[in-house]
Amino acid sequence: MTIQNKPAANKNLDSIRKTIANHKRHDFIFASLGTLVIASLTITLLILFLDLVIDGYPRFNLDFFSNFPSRRAARAGILSAWIGSSLVLLVTFFVAVPLGITSGVYLEEYAKKNWFSDLIEINVSNLAGVPSIIYGLLALGLFVYSFGLGQSILTAGLTLALLMLPIVIVSTREAIRSIPVHIREAAYAVGATKWQVCRNHVIPYSYGGILTGVIIGMARAIGETAPVITIGALTFIAFLPPSPIGLEPPFINFDWLESGFTVLPIQMFNWISRPQLAFHVNAAATGAVIIMLTLLMNGFAIKLRYNIRKKIKW
Amino acid sequence: MVKKIITNKLKHDEIIKAESKNLNFFYADGTQALNGVSLPVYENKITALIGPSGCGKSTFLRCFNRMHDLYPGNRYDGQIILQPDNTNILLTDVDPIEVRMRISMVFQKPNPFPKSIYENVAYGLRVRGESKKRTLDEKVEEALKGASLWNEVKDRLQDLAFNLSGGQQQRLCIARALATEPEIMLFDEPTSALDPIATMNIEELMSELKQKLSILIVTHNMQQAARISDYTAYMYLGKLIEFDATNKIFTNPSKKETEDYITGKFG
Ligand SMILES: Nc1ncnc2c1ncn2[C@@H]1O[C@H](COP(=O)(O)OP(=O)(O)OP(=O)(O)O)[C@@H](O)[C@H]1O
Ligand SMILES: [Mg+2]
Repeated sequence: MTIQNKPAANKNLDSIRKTIANHKRHDFIFASLGTLVIASLTITLLILFLDLVIDGYPRFNLDFFSNFPSRRAARAGILSAWIGSSLVLLVTFFVAVPLGITSGVYLEEYAKKNWFSDLIEINVSNLAGVPSIIYGLLALGLFVYSFGLGQSILTAGLTLALLMLPIVIVSTREAIRSIPVHIREAAYAVGATKWQVCRNHVIPYSYGGILTGVIIGMARAIGETAPVITIGALTFIAFLPPSPIGLEPPFINFDWLESGFTVLPIQMFNWISRPQLAFHVNAAATGAVIIMLTLLMNGFAIKLRYNIRKKIKW
Repeated sequence: MVKKIITNKLKHDEIIKAESKNLNFFYADGTQALNGVSLPVYENKITALIGPSGCGKSTFLRCFNRMHDLYPGNRYDGQIILQPDNTNILLTDVDPIEVRMRISMVFQKPNPFPKSIYENVAYGLRVRGESKKRTLDEKVEEALKGASLWNEVKDRLQDLAFNLSGGQQQRLCIARALATEPEIMLFDEPTSALDPIATMNIEELMSELKQKLSILIVTHNMQQAARISDYTAYMYLGKLIEFDATNKIFTNPSKKETEDYITGKFG
């Protein structure tokens, strides 16, 4: 009996091994394709970045960061641009983050699910893909003309906040949805109200995802040019906005919100449209600074998210 | 004959803590998951719900703390009367949060919050507005002792709850449910994710807990029902088939279906 069975069993084993080898080949093909794609993307980005760094290298010194733009390329710097960018982002952050998180929590936890909430959902997701110049036009009509906010830091901050809002909302909702039902039920089961569940559980457990959205949104906002040009940011600025922090009480003032400004990408755009080659070096250096900032922000996001995820695993 | 025995027994020592009366339940999609279930839960007793998968045990249990209210479209029909105040907890003008403050629940899968051990147990108290550190400390200790977890965790109360073993996590969830001094505790297959020793610990724990409160437990494990419960209800297809003292159900059930299920001929 056993002797008879043996060859049959062997044959079976052979065919199993063949099938496995076959399937493994699919694994291999997919993995190599993926590696190829990733590698070519990374290399492209790296080359672009290195190119900027090499072109802009002569300008990487402290003066570049502490000088105003100038007619002479060698003395021109990005002081007003990076301060402008920072202040605009500050406004964007403080508008888009609270609004975005609240909207996300409301839509996910409180809003009744019906055709109206579906409509809002589709709209919000779509907004994330709307060309940024449309936001610029909206802001020009609404903030600059209707509200009379002028071509100020406040207007730019609000405009970029509009741009960032859908990203924050979508990532907040995604993060909330990934909280397992049984954790939520556990909170309700001890007698928590909806608000307590949101406050003590839903929001804290979503920090990782929300943060990712916020930083991706900020990274996008920092590089946006079109909407800021549309609302009329100045291209040549040789002054700083009033300082937000004063030496006398009340120590904080908000005059800077109404100030004119420029931002890094506009400064870059301005220099690159000059005919003199010397200015192109400045533009390259500014580009490298923007990319560096973006990378830094993303790195920071990844680190923070990693720290949060270490504590929360489902 | 059978009826007489129960009524006699009732007269002697059982006090009704809660009672479902002709309870029907409909999920949002129209599924009727419970069909006229009438069942008492006695004070300081363990009542076990058994029955094949999908017969509505969890659905029934979750009516007791109005868990179904979390999902729109679900509908109760009938009553669950909670004693001693004789409240029908299914009425829409009874706040489900009030019900959950009186009746707590332990789930099938251990579900601690991603917070410290201490905060997990204290959460129910915090929700009730308790913020005095002294009181919280005392009650957390008491609850952890009640869930026989104190000795294992007393030196690391600030550790994350996820670092505990599965059995410890489940006892932590029991402590969390216990800290608020509920009148009834609901257990939905609390040991199905645990090994035999952890299971034994929790079974012993339940037998101690019933000195203080009433317990309603869903279990798939017939031996478990026989070991720990005082009363057993057999459900099938959303209906209550038989309810009786546990030893009666397991030795001499009055319905053929119950007997078939218990002896493993069916299910
Ligand atoms: N959210 C839901 N919507 C619609 N029907 C549901 C829902 N949850 C459960 N049901 C149905 O209700 C019936 C009872 O389900 P229930 O979860 O109460 O069963 P159970 O007895 O607890 O089963 P198990 O032993 O497998 O846990 C089943 O037929 C199930 O398909
Ligand atoms: Mg169940």
